[in-house]
Amino acid sequence: MSSTTWTERVRARIEHTVPPGEALPDHQPAYVSSWIYVFGVLTLAAFVVIVVTGCVLSLGGVDWRHTSTTGHFVNSLHLWSVELFFFFFFFMVIHLWGKFWMAAWRGGRALTWVTGVVAFLASIATAFTGYLIQTNFDSQWISTQAKDGLNSVGIGAYFNVLNTAQMVLFHVVLLPIAVGLIAVVHVILVRRKGVVPPIDAQEPVA
Amino acid sequence: MSTRARRRHAAPTADSHTFPTRRYDLVKEFVLALVGVVVLTVGLAIAFGSPDERAISLQDWAKAAPNDVVATAAAELSGDSGTAGYGPPYNNAAEGQKLLGIPLQKWAGVTYPIDAANDFVINPLKAVEGGDPALRLALTVWAKASADRQTTWAGNYVTALNNAENDPAKVAQGDYGSVPALSTAYERLAATGGLEQLISQNSFYGGDPTRRLLLLADGTYLEDQARARSLGGDQWGMMNETGNYPGQPWLWLYTFWYQVPPFSTSDNADALVWGLMMLLSLALLLIPFIPGLRDIPKLIPIHRLVWRDWYRQQREAVRTAPPAPSDATIET
Repeated sequence: MSSTTWTERVRARIEHTVPPGEALPDHQPAYVSSWIYVFGVLTLAAFVVIVVTGCVLSLGGVDWRHTSTTGHFVNSLHLWSVELFFFFFFFMVIHLWGKFWMAAWRGGRALTWVTGVVAFLASIATAFTGYLIQTNFDSQWISTQAKDGLNSVGIGAYFNVLNTAQMVLFHVVLLPIAVGLIAVVHVILVRRKGVVPPIDAQEPVA
Repeated sequence: MSTRARRRHAAPTADSHTFPTRRYDLVKEFVLALVGVVVLTVGLAIAFGSPDERAISLQDWAKAAPNDVVATAAAELSGDSGTAGYGPPYNNAAEGQKLLGIPLQKWAGVTYPIDAANDFVINPLKAVEGGDPALRLALTVWAKASADRQTTWAGNYVTALNNAENDPAKVAQGDYGSVPALSTAYERLAATGGLEQLISQNSFYGGDPTRRLLLLADGTYLEDQARARSLGGDQWGMMNETGNYPGQPWLWLYTFWYQVPPFSTSDNADALVWGLMMLLSLALLLIPFIPGLRDIPKLIPIHRLVWRDWYRQQREAVRTAPPAPSDATIET
């Protein structure tokens, strides 16, 4: 009786999840022809810029932006990459609305939608904690205002927005890891299931 | 009807892998998107920078609004300050807000215990009483008084300050015990810049400014500064930031509820808004499973714009197709 190694099992699992050629296909269904598809990729690209600028910002520490023009500029890069990612230029929000109007959860893609929404909500939490750790007037005001909402439903007892050290760790470690992992699962699901066909489209006759 | 029967009845979504394909360079698309985002980010950062208004220190507060520090100290002693009467997670002075009658705030418990009178005022003053006989006497008088007497003195002084527009020099004679001496000594201590460290939970490292922020927020100076910058709670405050910057526009819906009744007039507004936002977030998450909501994209044909090339090609294919056999059924 032949035994299956752990390595073979992991490989089989990976190949089952995303069959060979599906991870980075060089062809797409003919109906994938709209600018709306670009916003998913733009969201991912903005996320990469956020992570890179955030890592550079981490090199100088929390106060770097206050004490150095370089630190302040890197902080500006980080801020604007977040604005682009999210809302100001609408990458993620247009992606979300686009997928809603395409009813992109059809054909067994509900989990793809769910992971996308979770990534959206986790991204909001991540951005919010970024505003709390600015160690300036804005973070003083935002944290003292935000505490009441979180305290009112019991979250504030364990997630103290006034505790800068706790928020720094949430912002640079826990939440980015969560967003990154959810985004990876989301992209894997997109690749595995393929791009959702147009509403009411019939399968082509062979 | 069983789930399986419903699935048979509903038009199935076609398998995306069965459609004709065209060449599509995903890596090139991502690289171009990345370059575009980098260029935009650098351009925006150079053009607009980012806001960075210096934090208000307790010393700044004392120098800019000394009477507010005196009034805040008296309110901490009387139990009238925001922190002293807050409830969980800082103390048990109140139950806190409820969501549909459920006291989530109370259930979460007191996880950051703060005795506002002692932690914010008395203990810091004790730390510096050595060189100030008048302060030492005031602290002794305070310590020897009963809790009720302390509350009465401080409450009287808070009322008197309110009547005197928070100016200690204009306060009428009254039964205040040593509260005026303590409050003015507290303002002098804050003005020296020594108060930050004295209320920092005896930590050499200052990573947790919870107490400092709560104390600052108990005064009116911080809010006055925020309102002057259009950041008040009724000015869509939390989603904005200083200067002409976009702030956190993704919080617009959360902030919106605070601007309209019943939330804008409710003592339970925070819990109500959080409850509503959790419900709406759950609905967004579960759209694929909610009949009605999940059908909206089919009823409002915006998808016709997204896939307009595909639908046009399908119409042309139907128009140019050879006539179907007479007994065939054409699905539409």
